[in-house]
Amino acid sequence: MKNIYKTLSKLGIVLLALTMVSCVSELDQDAPNDGNQISDETFFKDPTSYKQFLAKLYAGLAVSGQNGPAGSPDISGIDEGESQYTRGLWLMQELTTDEAIIAWNDKTIKNFHYQTWTSQDLFITATFNRLDFQVKLCNEFLRQTSESKLSSRGVDDALKAEITVYRAEAKFLRALSYWHFLDLFGSVGLVTEDSPSQFFLPEQASKQEIFEFIESDLLAAMVDMRVPNPASPDYPRADQAAAWMLLGKLYMNAEVYVNQNKYTEAMTYIKKVIDESGYSLATDYNELFLADNDRPAVRREVIFGVAFDGLRTKTYGGTTFLTHAPVGGTMIASEFGINGGWGGIRTTSAFVSKFDNTTNDARAQFHSDGQNLEIEDVATFTDGYAIKKFKNITSQGVAGSDASGDFVDIDFPMFRLADAYLMYAECALRGAGGDNSTAVSYVNKLRARAYGNASGNVTNINLNFILDERARELHWEGHRRTDLIRFGKFTGGSYVWPWKGKVPNGAPTPSFRDVFPIPATALGGNPNLIQNAGY
Amino acid sequence: MKTIYNKLLLLVLLFPLSMLAQSTFTGTVLDKASNQPIPGVNIVVEGTQNGTATDFDGKFTLNVKKGEQIVFSYIGYKNYTLTYVAQKNISIVLEEDSAQLDEVIVIGYGSVKKKDATGAVSTVSTEDFNRGPLVSADQLIQGKVSGLQIINGGGAPGEGAQIRIRSGSSLSAGNDPLYVIDGVPLDNGGGGVQGGRNPLSAINQNDIESVTVLKDASATAIYGSRASNGVIIITTKKGKTGEMKVNYNGNFSVGEVTKYVDVLNANQFTDFVMANGTLAQQALLGTSNTDWQKEIYRTALSTDHNVSFSGGVDNINYRASVGYSDLNGILKEDNFQRVTLNTNLAGKFFDNHLKVEFTNKTSSNKNNYSNRDAIGAAVSFDPTQKIYDDTYGYDYFQWLDFNETTGIPNQEVNAGRNPLSMINQKTNKGYQYRSIGNIQFDYKLHFFPDLKAVANFGYDYSSGKGFGYTDANYVVSGERNNNYNNLEQKKNQVMDLYLNYNKTISAIDTNVDFTGGYNYQNFNYINSSFTNDVVNGVVNQGPSSNETVNLQSVFARAIFSIKDKYLLTGSIRRDGSSRFTEENRWGNFPSVAVAWKINEEGILKDSKVVSDLKLRASWGITGQQEIGKRYPAIPLYLNSTETAGYQIGYDAGGVPVFIQPYRPQPYNLNLKWEETKQVNIGVDFGLFNNRITGSAEVYKKNSTDLIVFTANPQGVGFSNADFYNIGDMEFKGIELSMDVYPVKNETIKWRIGGNITFQDAEVTKLNLVTSADSPGIIDVGGISGGTGNNVQNHQVGYSPYSFYVFEQVYDVNGAPVEGVYVDRNQDGQVNEDDLYRYKKPAADFYYGFNTDFQYKNFDFNMSWRGSYGNYNYNNVYSNYGNVATSLPGNGDYLNNAHATVLETNFAAPQYTSDYYVQDASFLRLDNVSLGYSFPNALGEGKNLRITGAVQNVFVITDYDGIDPEVSGGIDNNLYPRPRTYSLGLNLNF
Repeated sequence: MKNIYKTLSKLGIVLLALTMVSCVSELDQDAPNDGNQISDETFFKDPTSYKQFLAKLYAGLAVSGQNGPAGSPDISGIDEGESQYTRGLWLMQELTTDEAIIAWNDKTIKNFHYQTWTSQDLFITATFNRLDFQVKLCNEFLRQTSESKLSSRGVDDALKAEITVYRAEAKFLRALSYWHFLDLFGSVGLVTEDSPSQFFLPEQASKQEIFEFIESDLLAAMVDMRVPNPASPDYPRADQAAAWMLLGKLYMNAEVYVNQNKYTEAMTYIKKVIDESGYSLATDYNELFLADNDRPAVRREVIFGVAFDGLRTKTYGGTTFLTHAPVGGTMIASEFGINGGWGGIRTTSAFVSKFDNTTNDARAQFHSDGQNLEIEDVATFTDGYAIKKFKNITSQGVAGSDASGDFVDIDFPMFRLADAYLMYAECALRGAGGDNSTAVSYVNKLRARAYGNASGNVTNINLNFILDERARELHWEGHRRTDLIRFGKFTGGSYVWPWKGKVPNGAPTPSFRDVFPIPATALGGNPNLIQNAGY
Repeated sequence: MKTIYNKLLLLVLLFPLSMLAQSTFTGTVLDKASNQPIPGVNIVVEGTQNGTATDFDGKFTLNVKKGEQIVFSYIGYKNYTLTYVAQKNISIVLEEDSAQLDEVIVIGYGSVKKKDATGAVSTVSTEDFNRGPLVSADQLIQGKVSGLQIINGGGAPGEGAQIRIRSGSSLSAGNDPLYVIDGVPLDNGGGGVQGGRNPLSAINQNDIESVTVLKDASATAIYGSRASNGVIIITTKKGKTGEMKVNYNGNFSVGEVTKYVDVLNANQFTDFVMANGTLAQQALLGTSNTDWQKEIYRTALSTDHNVSFSGGVDNINYRASVGYSDLNGILKEDNFQRVTLNTNLAGKFFDNHLKVEFTNKTSSNKNNYSNRDAIGAAVSFDPTQKIYDDTYGYDYFQWLDFNETTGIPNQEVNAGRNPLSMINQKTNKGYQYRSIGNIQFDYKLHFFPDLKAVANFGYDYSSGKGFGYTDANYVVSGERNNNYNNLEQKKNQVMDLYLNYNKTISAIDTNVDFTGGYNYQNFNYINSSFTNDVVNGVVNQGPSSNETVNLQSVFARAIFSIKDKYLLTGSIRRDGSSRFTEENRWGNFPSVAVAWKINEEGILKDSKVVSDLKLRASWGITGQQEIGKRYPAIPLYLNSTETAGYQIGYDAGGVPVFIQPYRPQPYNLNLKWEETKQVNIGVDFGLFNNRITGSAEVYKKNSTDLIVFTANPQGVGFSNADFYNIGDMEFKGIELSMDVYPVKNETIKWRIGGNITFQDAEVTKLNLVTSADSPGIIDVGGISGGTGNNVQNHQVGYSPYSFYVFEQVYDVNGAPVEGVYVDRNQDGQVNEDDLYRYKKPAADFYYGFNTDFQYKNFDFNMSWRGSYGNYNYNNVYSNYGNVATSLPGNGDYLNNAHATVLETNFAAPQYTSDYYVQDASFLRLDNVSLGYSFPNALGEGKNLRITGAVQNVFVITDYDGIDPEVSGGIDNNLYPRPRTYSLGLNLNF
């Protein structure tokens, strides 16, 4: 009897040991079993994965996460809609200037206009993090598409050739974000695909180093990018013209970034954009900001845009924000193709006064009914004229695709040819070559389009005129702060506008505010980073 | 059957007959209450191996010498000792000892006698549970245990609660204790799914025998990596040998609102708008007088019934029960229905060598959640408007956009919606099914009975569905006819295999108890969802997931009891988690504890004053791996939903091609366990024959390698923040509890119990760099109003979740000056650098006291609970107590204002003012009950008892919001806790 028990228990122990060994392997959980979250190995086995990853690099400019409009954010620490790329960029480039002012009580948002922000500002932090997220995505894409990785995965030559173009675009997108870093924050950490992918503390790069990195990387990537083609079926992917435009912008602001005059270099690439890219002006200025602005007849002007869609690319940032936020007061929501305005953004009288003819200039899309020109109370929507620039209706007057009127179809033009014309004129005036009559003719092309005839044409231009013309043509497209800084008018007292410096008529602000502070959380995360002077 | 039983008994009886030529002592053992013989009573001669057991007729025969001490013992009865002086055929009467039953407390993988426990462990059992219409285990013990704080989430029926043992142990990771129900450790937080309510309400409160709270590391370390936040062991009732007993427990209750948010009434609001509003806004005023809060709430009637059957036939004991609850919330439409089934079977086989125990708890819930958003809407909706208005076919009055010149006016997009329309035109429901069960084999080896092998197989499966829809004439055009569906399943499987060796080594007067084994647990989580966007004619699939977490462990424990005076416990557990990479997967969690039963020492042994005195000390390490993410350490790519696609070109037909992008997910290869070291010193005492009992504990916990969700260095990782093991925290506390019986005799039994817990938690390390300038982690404590506004903060040197606000400046009359704050860093400007940490939501101390008074058949019971030094941010005030929110500039609508606007006159919201951080200390009379028992009312042994009770009787507090008790400290539209009157009936037959 006892022997049987002994045998049985021995058997039991053996069985037990076997179960445990087989169970232990269950501690290796590979990936979830849902097909939505997959391991990197599985992902890259699929040849279409490279395009799906590339799509994320572009989508990084448009959506705020993997669930549209919200639910699986790319970055944390802020309301998801406020974490979107172009919205964050827009706040920092426009709310800080004479072009825009906001009524809302969201945290420190009014400090943008007052120029009193600090390193703890959540909006600044979010934009910093968004740019960083974009750079990190691009780096990972480049890591995952290195020659050795592709070969080890047995990627065929045809796909490899395609991926070469993707890689060039990834470098362009990374350069774009580093340019935004340089422009907004100055000196930050410079991390590339060669940096470790797991934890380390990057060194802070000087502005010069970042400038040179963007320049050299763009020059190298450019050759592999697609040849400019405004009618390309690959819209909205970036082609060489986008890289030229970015280089032009980098050089034009070189005095600000690295204290070097590079207008001549800028002119080289601006000329390429104008003369070699094939892009041409759209006929109607206002159609550039409508729901169907991806029509060939309109997008032929858009050198690089960020695409949105009311049903397929949903976000509370982007053009959804730019369409809803400026609608309020007596404005009729259905005229904007939306279900209602958010009653936030207006403009200052300083910007209104840039137009000497608000009737004939199609770019002066003010809504003044029920609005006061002057702003007594920043938080009151009806103080300050409203602007009717982005409308979620088609050129035929039909509302956008989202029948509920929440999300819009309008693509955001980041670079467009009109900008290049004005850049040409400015460089020419700054003695970087080109000629004055061509410059005047480019300016008049824009003005003739705006007026519908030659009545608004000018014969004489100077730098101040160009700055104002840029405001008229490109307002609310995310250029204003950079322009004002280049002209030395952003901070200081040479130019003040209502509520600059937190006073109704405007007051001078200190020049250290030409760059934003490195966010406190970034300093907390990396002791190698040194705060910008003044903060 | 009876003959088999007798034969088996005979077998048992034959076995220990070690014949010695001595006197033969015979007799019968009887039960004191029933005067019936008790079979199976153990009889031993003290200090020897000589013993026997009674036969089926309670008779025994034993050979003894004169002068020997003979001990009679039987589970559930008081021991009886007699000195043999040649008595013949005597009757021994054993008395049932309910207290002794309680004294066995469950610990992980076993149980110990309370007097032999070495850790900080508290048990609350049936007779000490809170009374009244309660539906879950947490409500039964709220306020009863020191070191355990339970803050329920509000007044909805079956509402979940925030449960913290010794403040938890973590910052970003979970702080919920581990729940173990009849040997099945549940998923984090109790394992709720979509469509349910409080996960613990899956177990019918009437089926719970006891709730044991393991607090110190010596008690919890056997649960290793899941134990850092303490362990709550719930044991359900089992059948007892004997005839079938039927028990019915039921109650009927009525709940009512006790306090409304103090908003302006129609007249006040009209005056307010006339004084502050523009002409256009004045024109928006209506002429009605609607108290929206009164409109959305109701008097709620509820019932709860439970019938149980229990008993034991031959070698099998059983208990089964069925429960039905139909609870209404005070918010209109809010309803919670629950059916529970509970089954317990326990059998003993092979001469009691094999014990098999089977348990199953099944529940099915049906919920109507109503619409909680209506609570906030009722506070802010204009009181001058009428409720119903069908002019535009919307049934209800709504704010509309009259700017549109054509068609039926649509909703004013920024305005609030009519609270009643939100309840009646938007439906939110849920179903949940859950089954928790296990089967345990406990086998005492035939050839080596000191060794026991235990195998336990358990599971916890639940599935649920949350769904809802919006009516076709709801005012928001984009929501009309929309519906949503969220599906969730959880499967939790557990297997424990362990050996236990228990032996008394008389040579050294020591009892040793070794346990060692293996534990396997697997969790599978399946989710999917969709929303039907009717107006666009599309069904949007939400992200679906199917994730698994696997945990495996080996553990060992040794308990030495030397001379019944000195106790020593040591345990170690080695845990592996699938959450971490192979290099970081395993963690070791040891503990040791010693105890000295001073009352067993010579001086005190015969003391009339000191009946119990035990000094305890323990040390141990526990772990934590619940960080929300289930795959934090491996590289994954995540697909997007169809609504987060991006256009990449056009197809040949010119139609845009949308691609669903994949995103590389953040991961950290180096992630590992959080560790919490805990030291505990405790004393248990009993005075005057245990008329006064109590214990005191002092503890210190140091959590290290805390998994903190913190900023990545710029350029590193795949998001701006990720999980790192970088935080440290320190927790300290003192816990005191005492029970006193001022009167205890045949007619009157009066008990007073109380406990108090002093606690302190401090962040000691948080960031990669410790810089005084760093604001710490600032994105905590999100509030309502604007977007992205936060008012709390984690920082080194402070309590977690400290309020992070500006210091308000007050005028000579003591009124706050709008927008004027103290320039704390004296740099001449007031900005975020002047924010400071002011107070915290955690209490400095909390306490509970309760009393039972029994006089003959009457019993009276009262329980109080309080908290001191806890603060709330009054988000209702900060959001609505200003002119700008009431008179918005972004559309044609009005919001009601909180009455504080009349005092502060704030023009704009001042979200970050410390003015809104308010002392929320309180004392609450939780429960009063009065009962009367009718013994033998329905015949012999058939008892009836009726109870009347009031829950949430009143609260004493200086806090101005509707209720000071808010978990997390941000008071924003709390579901009011009703005062509930109930009548209960209990029948036993």
